[in-house]
Amino acid sequence: MALLQPARLLLSAAAQRHRRLAPAAARASSWWSHVEMGPPDPILGVTEAFKRDTNAKKMNLGVGAYRDNNGKPYVLNSVRKAEAQIAAKKLDKEYLPIAGLAEFNKASAELALGDTNEVIKNGRYVTVQTISGTGSLRVGASFLQRFFKYSRDVYLPKPSWGNHTPIFRDAGMQLHAYRYYDPKTCGFDFAGALDDISKIPEQSVILFHACAHNPTGVDPRPEQWKELAAVVKKRNLFAFFDMAYQGFASGDINRDSWAVCHFIEQGINVVLSQSYAKNMGLYGERVGAFSVICKDVDEAKRVESQLKILIRPMYSNPPINGARIASTILTSPDLRKEWLEEVKGMADRIIDMRNQLVANLKKEGSSHNWQHIIDQIGMFCYTGLKPEQVERLTKEFSIYMTKDGRISVAGVTSGNVGYLAHAVHQVSK
Amino acid sequence: MAAGSVFASVPRAPPVAVFQLTADFREDADPRKVNLGVGAYRTDEGQPWVLPVVKKVEQKIANDASLNHEYLPILGLPEFRANASRIALGEDSRAIKENRVGGVQCLGGTGALRIGAEFLRRWYNGTNNTATPVYISSPSWENHNSVFVNAGFKDIRAYRYWDAAKRGLDLEGLLEDMESAPEFSIFILHACAHNPTGTDPTLEQWRHIAAVMKRRFLFPFFDSAYQGFASGCLDRDAWALRYFVSEGFELFCAQSFSKNFGLYNERVGNLSVVGKDADNVQRVLSQMEKIVRAIWSNPPSQGARIVATTLTCPQLFAEWKDNVKTMADRVLLMRSELRARLQALGTPGTWNHITEQIGMFSFTGLNPKQVEYMIKEKHIYLMASGRINMCGLTTKNLDYVASSIHEAVTKFQ
Repeated sequence: MALLQPARLLLSAAAQRHRRLAPAAARASSWWSHVEMGPPDPILGVTEAFKRDTNAKKMNLGVGAYRDNNGKPYVLNSVRKAEAQIAAKKLDKEYLPIAGLAEFNKASAELALGDTNEVIKNGRYVTVQTISGTGSLRVGASFLQRFFKYSRDVYLPKPSWGNHTPIFRDAGMQLHAYRYYDPKTCGFDFAGALDDISKIPEQSVILFHACAHNPTGVDPRPEQWKELAAVVKKRNLFAFFDMAYQGFASGDINRDSWAVCHFIEQGINVVLSQSYAKNMGLYGERVGAFSVICKDVDEAKRVESQLKILIRPMYSNPPINGARIASTILTSPDLRKEWLEEVKGMADRIIDMRNQLVANLKKEGSSHNWQHIIDQIGMFCYTGLKPEQVERLTKEFSIYMTKDGRISVAGVTSGNVGYLAHAVHQVSK
Repeated sequence: MAAGSVFASVPRAPPVAVFQLTADFREDADPRKVNLGVGAYRTDEGQPWVLPVVKKVEQKIANDASLNHEYLPILGLPEFRANASRIALGEDSRAIKENRVGGVQCLGGTGALRIGAEFLRRWYNGTNNTATPVYISSPSWENHNSVFVNAGFKDIRAYRYWDAAKRGLDLEGLLEDMESAPEFSIFILHACAHNPTGTDPTLEQWRHIAAVMKRRFLFPFFDSAYQGFASGCLDRDAWALRYFVSEGFELFCAQSFSKNFGLYNERVGNLSVVGKDADNVQRVLSQMEKIVRAIWSNPPSQGARIVATTLTCPQLFAEWKDNVKTMADRVLLMRSELRARLQALGTPGTWNHITEQIGMFSFTGLNPKQVEYMIKEKHIYLMASGRINMCGLTTKNLDYVASSIHEAVTKFQ
């Protein structure tokens, strides 16, 4: 750009206008006159509307948080016990290191990969504590923007969690998509995914949901994961795993992290985001981790030092409360056992609701194939309902969900599953 | 990718100096060692201090069976945001009454600075104007620079602040830099207890600064990390910020509750936004939500709950102010004791700056050679800039520190 009139370059049109105004008028105008109102959040909008509804039978199926069979938030017993143990220790409130609570980081990596994993044994990884899953993705995206010199391109499954796009974009990456969900089957478009992925430019970044895909609930089967790993390896793609539901999907932590472990076994050094919002119910405590599988310990140390350089100007160091709870649970045999049972309990209730919903739909006399509701996994379910049907569900039955037909199965209880089935049948028969 | 690695060329980054200092201190086996580095409060026994009111409130929270761990809204806990802004702007703030103040709960003061910086880069002085100059005091907290660089600003400049020769504020240099700054530049101002110098403008000097900033259309971004901690009085420490608001400025103020609540590791901060009117503030907050959503989605609840509970209960609020005064008073005592000893020893130089400076830190004026002597020979850890954390001083180590400074100053010039 020309060096002419450099002062003018600094003055936007708004600023020039601001300056031209007489002092009194300039004082009266605002710096923010041109700031647009941000668009309302689609999911929050659902909850807002739900709150305003006075129908006693109303259901909020937009909520992305677990609810018990009474529709109430669930604080895990293992969490309560851990909190009591921590309180008794009367610890101080000194700053955590930039990378967070060391015991938490170690336990988190071991939870994801298994403590006998060669990566753990060789120490060829770094894990930093992050602000839940979002914070982990942002730190990861920023790290790739700065140090992954091969590509700016990140490929997300279509569809993906809505927030993936702004996170990667704000971090300076470019977003693309690969086929994933097949609306015809309400299942995995395996052929489409393989086809798209095999054409992704080499050394691009590709993001996978480790388990319980959000928003569809559609996960690849192990044989399919194997083929995905093979093509990722063949195309020399950089694999970024987002694991927000370990344990919460199938009820088994090892089963849910199988894909991540398989990729690593195949020699693919992945990066991994973990969240403890759902599987420990620690939503508002913001507990997460970001891991980089490295070539060796030296690389891990170098990578860690750079992750710290990224974190420091974001928020300096992470919050302790949730990480201490998670760490206490993961490293105390009794609490860990209890936690695993509670996670399985949550997963089982979700699976039970899926089964009951389908059974009730059959009872209603629905002739549609609702098998996908049972085949999908995790908190969310892509029902296959169209926007017009969703609108009817909301207007006629006070059942709230997002326009894409996604429901949070967590919002279903044995008390309202019959009503839900009835309503769905009414709008889809 | 088999043999090499995508991260083969990632260089080892240098550690953050202040944390390396504490790491070195920990490794040191010398029984005389003193840590005058990182900025956290210590009792006279040299221990961290969990405020009694915080212990009380945490107990209350733990016993409240109605509380759970659900997500906070994106902008944070409403009672926290409103009360945090109220603490900064005052009980009788007209701006609050006029509904033109908004708060964004953030991860500590750093988080508040970062969200504010990200917003300014996107929406201030046009849209996505990364060329707007950002002025940071010379010296300043070293992370200020990184925050604004990482938010995307391309032109970070220093404004004169510390006069090493007279060990005080270089007001003339500061004002000159403001006069010559391009209009609409952003200025990072320390609300009180300037870090690292401990040197604040007087009330009169603040008035002068505000007048120049108004005439030059400069944007004030206050960093308030020590409200209450500096003088012991919340209102007094917020005087500059409130003066600017009363002068009609639109501004940002990044507030930290790390020090004044001792909640360092809970990451409690608030970005207060003061605008011309409610409509502008609403639109600004809606855009803040988008920025927050892509960095941390929503903030941590524990620390905000503690602060909100304390600020909304008159008894707890009074207790908190008392705890804050306890900390501030101990720091003031250490300042006067250190100065007295240096003067009694006849240590070369003038030492009144020790008591004239305010807050946690003091720019002693020690040069790098003298600092090295202090660390290596005397096992007294301070920053290379000569900055000391007064909280690291105790009645037990005052004599040792004073005599060590005396040695350093007489041995090296």
